[in-house]
Amino acid sequence: MQISKEEILHIADLADLNIKDEEIDKYILNLQDILNFANIVNNAPVDGMPETIGTNDNYNVFRKDEVVDFEDKEALLQNAPEKERGMFKIPKVIG
Amino acid sequence: MEITELTVHELQEKIKNKELTISEVTKAYVDRINEKEKDVNCFITTLTDEALEKAKEIEDKVNKGEIKSELAGIPIGIKDNICVKGVRTTCASKMLENFISPYDATVMERLDDENLVNLGKLNMDEFAMGSSTEYSALAKTRNPWDLNKVPGGSSGGSAAAVAANLVPWALGSDTGGSIRQPAAFCGVVGLKPTYGLVSRYGLVAFASSLDQIGPITKDVKDSAMLLNILVGHDEKDTTSFDMPKVDYVASLKNDVKGLKIGIPKEFYGEGINSEVKECLQKAIEKYKELGAEVEEFSLDIAEYALATYYIIACAEASSNLGRFDGIRYGYRTKDYESLEDIYKKSRSEAFGDEVKRRIILGTYVLSSGYYDAYYKKAQKVRTLVKKEFDKAFEKYDIILTPTSPTVAFDVGIKSNNPLEMYLADICTVSVNVAGLPGISIPCGVDSNGMPIGMQLIGNRFSESTVLNTAYTYEQATKFRENFKPTFKK
Repeated sequence: MQISKEEILHIADLADLNIKDEEIDKYILNLQDILNFANIVNNAPVDGMPETIGTNDNYNVFRKDEVVDFEDKEALLQNAPEKERGMFKIPKVIG
Repeated sequence: MEITELTVHELQEKIKNKELTISEVTKAYVDRINEKEKDVNCFITTLTDEALEKAKEIEDKVNKGEIKSELAGIPIGIKDNICVKGVRTTCASKMLENFISPYDATVMERLDDENLVNLGKLNMDEFAMGSSTEYSALAKTRNPWDLNKVPGGSSGGSAAAVAANLVPWALGSDTGGSIRQPAAFCGVVGLKPTYGLVSRYGLVAFASSLDQIGPITKDVKDSAMLLNILVGHDEKDTTSFDMPKVDYVASLKNDVKGLKIGIPKEFYGEGINSEVKECLQKAIEKYKELGAEVEEFSLDIAEYALATYYIIACAEASSNLGRFDGIRYGYRTKDYESLEDIYKKSRSEAFGDEVKRRIILGTYVLSSGYYDAYYKKAQKVRTLVKKEFDKAFEKYDIILTPTSPTVAFDVGIKSNNPLEMYLADICTVSVNVAGLPGISIPCGVDSNGMPIGMQLIGNRFSESTVLNTAYTYEQATKFRENFKPTFKK
């Protein structure tokens, strides 16, 4: 399994991460190492087997769609890195 | 015996008999933390002042007959990825270093209902990603049996705190072995319940289809007692099961006669340290003596399960950790121009290397072109792993393996080699992949005096059998009476 510099930068971009130039080689090596190991899933005798996404058999769990007010808005907003007039503050998005 | 050496059921007995007061118990733990925490660094946040106050308050209420709970006033420590209202919940990450949870996890509500006293939040690998607690961005926890060794991970702070008697018991979380492996490394008892038995609401998500909260305790009876409190359906976690309540303490029969134990020979292969193997062999002989029917069989899934685990866990993590964007909570970069700038810089500056590595791996296996080869394949292998376990449980009640291929390793030797760190999870991950319950209990020490853990795996929702099997061995061998952490440097 070979991973190119372009590929690792593309994946990092998809994950909203910046990778420093000097770290690229390390990430490539680590990822290749792990993927080479992970590749053994392709030797597993799983022809015709269905996929398992979870281990319990719950299927479509329903509940009433009721509005529950979260009272403590202060507690929510105290974690905001920047806020203004009770709202989360972000840079201008629309030009 | 020191108060902090007692198990919770012993503490409970002494409080009931008026030999100890609730305040005295909490005070003893606070003193112990003040004395020993500097050696082991188990906590990210200590709540000692709050705990003393709370203990006094509970004591008054108990004296007035306002509280009936038998566990009222018992202290506990909480892994720092479980939300506690009004308290920092950091996940040992720079990303959440200043995050104060606005709500309680369901398990915290359950503990509050019983009037337990929270001594603080315990260290872990960042976002529970790791097997040594060395990936914590906020504290360096050491193993109380040897301060040059790691406590295991990711619930390393919880396991080390229980072993060092800084808390009588603790909550951990287990995604691929994060309760059982540190319990093994620290010579304590760690139980990972069946997926769906305990609500995950308020547990900061790492890999949602694998995560479970569970108890880390001094002995098996304490484990059963804490599990009794934690279980139950929760509307806020749709994967939690609605089933009749079982009394796990009542299931401790101290009898394994006729119990069928399977020994999967692949879990005793060349990667397993010889002293670990030898110790497990003795434990197996002990079970035979106690009347269990023991048989070797083949369960050739460990490597497939490990590969599958890292594919699925990283894929789910890459999605779960997408929420950390520097907008509503968590770290925000100081220097940005656009919204995208906030996302990328905040995440890149605040996540540690291992977290970034797993997000990138997860993004890779989910990306177009690789989805079929890795993610989809891994989910099929998950079916295979489940089926193989189903087959085994047609013949056996319990599957017995080492918890970890080695005892606790030296600080620093694996932290720069991610793949080698991953291989340390080979004995535990398949349990999560199949959603089964597993317990680790100490079964001896190696020639350097480091504890060795034995893992007992049961079929889904067979915690009663798992706990009774562990309890019967524990009663026959008395590890805690024979071995104690030395804090050697």
